[in-house]
Amino acid sequence: MGILKKRVNDFPTPYTCRRAVSEGDMATKLTMVLMGFGNMVHGQIVKGLLFLAVEVAYVVFMIVNGAGFLAMLPSLGSVEQKEVWDEAQQIYVYTGGDQSVLILLYGVATVILTGLMVCAWMCSLRSAYKAECLAREGRHVNSFREDLKSLLHENLHRLLMTPPMVFIGAFTILPLIFMICMAFTNYSKIDSHLMLFDWVGLDNFKALFDSSSILGSTFWSVLGWTLVWAFFATFSNYIFGMIISLMINRKGTRAKGFWRFCFVLSCAVPMFVSLLIMRTMLQPEGAVNVLLRNLGLIASDASLPFFTDPTWARVTVIVVNIWVGVPYTLLQLTGVLQNIPGELYEAAQVDGANAIQTFTKITLPYMLYVTTPYLIVTFTGNVNNFNVIYLLSGGDPVTDLSSTAGKTDLLVTWLYKLTVDKQYYNIGAVIGILTFIILAIGALFTYRNSKSYKEEGGF
Amino acid sequence: MAGKKMQSASRKRFINNTIVHVILAVLAVIWVFPIVWVILTSFRAEKGSYVSTFLPQSYTLDNYIRLFTDTTILNFPQMFMNTLFIAICSCILATFYVLAVSYCLSRLRFKLRKPYMNMAMILGLFPGFMSMIAVYFILKALGMTEGNLIKLALILVYSGGAGLSFQIAKGFFDTIPMAVDEAAILDGCTRWQIFTKITLPLSKPIVVYTVLTSFMSPWLDFIFAKVICRANSDQYTIAIGLWRMLEKEYIDSWYTCFAAGAVLISIPIAALFLYMQRYYVDGMSGAVKG
Repeated sequence: MGILKKRVNDFPTPYTCRRAVSEGDMATKLTMVLMGFGNMVHGQIVKGLLFLAVEVAYVVFMIVNGAGFLAMLPSLGSVEQKEVWDEAQQIYVYTGGDQSVLILLYGVATVILTGLMVCAWMCSLRSAYKAECLAREGRHVNSFREDLKSLLHENLHRLLMTPPMVFIGAFTILPLIFMICMAFTNYSKIDSHLMLFDWVGLDNFKALFDSSSILGSTFWSVLGWTLVWAFFATFSNYIFGMIISLMINRKGTRAKGFWRFCFVLSCAVPMFVSLLIMRTMLQPEGAVNVLLRNLGLIASDASLPFFTDPTWARVTVIVVNIWVGVPYTLLQLTGVLQNIPGELYEAAQVDGANAIQTFTKITLPYMLYVTTPYLIVTFTGNVNNFNVIYLLSGGDPVTDLSSTAGKTDLLVTWLYKLTVDKQYYNIGAVIGILTFIILAIGALFTYRNSKSYKEEGGF
Repeated sequence: MAGKKMQSASRKRFINNTIVHVILAVLAVIWVFPIVWVILTSFRAEKGSYVSTFLPQSYTLDNYIRLFTDTTILNFPQMFMNTLFIAICSCILATFYVLAVSYCLSRLRFKLRKPYMNMAMILGLFPGFMSMIAVYFILKALGMTEGNLIKLALILVYSGGAGLSFQIAKGFFDTIPMAVDEAAILDGCTRWQIFTKITLPLSKPIVVYTVLTSFMSPWLDFIFAKVICRANSDQYTIAIGLWRMLEKEYIDSWYTCFAAGAVLISIPIAALFLYMQRYYVDGMSGAVKG
């Protein structure tokens, strides 16, 4: 089974960088040093000037700041912040030491900029070679105005994709790379490395995998619970939502719209509001316990330990998640369920199958077949389900005071606690990377094997 | 003989129907119960967070009035305006991004198309806010974590990842026949004109869906706002405000106000959602045929 498909180039072009270097004329070769030169020679003055401006801007940036940022990257700064007694003002003054976070951030940004610069360089080379070829063959070379016009037609994707790509680059990719880099440093409150930190290689990974330490044992138990949670949260919602949807949509049920409305109402309430409501209702003195006392089901001073007993808390979050998630599942599955061919059910009825048999032999296999991608997305979402756990239990109860995670903490909520509350940024980053690896492996295998992937062929 | 059999079959059906209706009724009560409870609590006259009776003893409107008049500690009207402003701005940006990216991936064929879709899938596997701390550092380095710039920061953050959530809109665009585009090109349309004059008007459900989801996300998000706002209480959004009302120092006096605020927020969201529901289902199945 090939995980990586063989790459096929669907967009062959004669204007490649390699051919530009080997077959281009003098002007094209000069473009390698002076970007945009080839374009200018062939009459594309504005385009050439733009390329040149990009090069000049990059060189100026590198001379003024960039080179310094890159030079600092290997050491991440060495000047410590110091307290100095200022005689004149009679106070302690902090001298500005190196801030490793900023050095790392600027360094990463510079590296990315350099990568973009290489792309621009290749672009200019290709563009120059193309202009040269067209001019040699006596064909029309686009003017700048025509280039701009092509942005609305052949090159519309450049116009439309660039702004979103810039945003994704700045607010998703750059932070991710930055965070991944942190996993290989000792940026943490431990030994007060908050201002100044160093590269430590794979030490953080070793610390996390070492199951004899507190961190290591916490990691394995949190990982175990995360997988258990994701499994139950996904499938309980899926099956429960399907059963309710079937009950509403079966022939004999009256007032279908009313029933659907009752369930959908709870997903119309913002999720964090309904989760906060559930949390307050399930407190020891909350509404549910009060109700049970008033009904005489439990003693008047007793309360059920919804979030104080580990097992209770784990069951509670799964049950509440059913309450929160089933309406969404209901919405999404209704359409799919209605698409199941009716003949299958009629045939089953003729053969004398009962309700449970039709469900397990027809409905479930059909749904699993159609909704595998949906299930994978939900499973991934549940592994990363921050809201439900954080707003409901906050990871409580914490039974082992020396560990940093509670009994219902998922990897993500633990990550949040480690970074925001404890400021162990490096360990948090390692957990993020490991979460990604686990999800990626799982998703890759299921995606590649699922029939809907093979037929869609979108990726 | 045959009549008896028919009778027993219809009787069985009747029993089955009754059982299903009873189960549905019980489940519906479970699902509606917390919502009813919070509405009742928002009208409760007794102060304090936890009371010994399930139903309120007396009713009042004071909780709603206090929410809008007592602005010294938690300024609810200001939070509301903050959220509204952020929601409108990020809605415009995000809608444009989502529709533009979806159109490109669905209709145009270019070299970076597949790499882009693979990248989106890979990025989707990272824990959403693993990068949150890093985003905060970046915004801080840009000086956008103080004063009114926080609003701009939140707008950028909410619309930043929009280009990655193209799946639903792309699936919808895919259902519009390619023949429509080809005919337009023969008539001399540019692709930009096809996008704005043909594809978008044909895709009203998904446009409405995209606008509403991106408008709603700032009202619903809690974590990003909390990390970026930190202690700047004048920049808080509704979600953080409601969360703070349940913190230990406020919960006793603000608990019923929390319920009132929750009801107030839920009404517009619920209205939008119920309105959007059919677009949601349509968007999933693709409504444009031929």
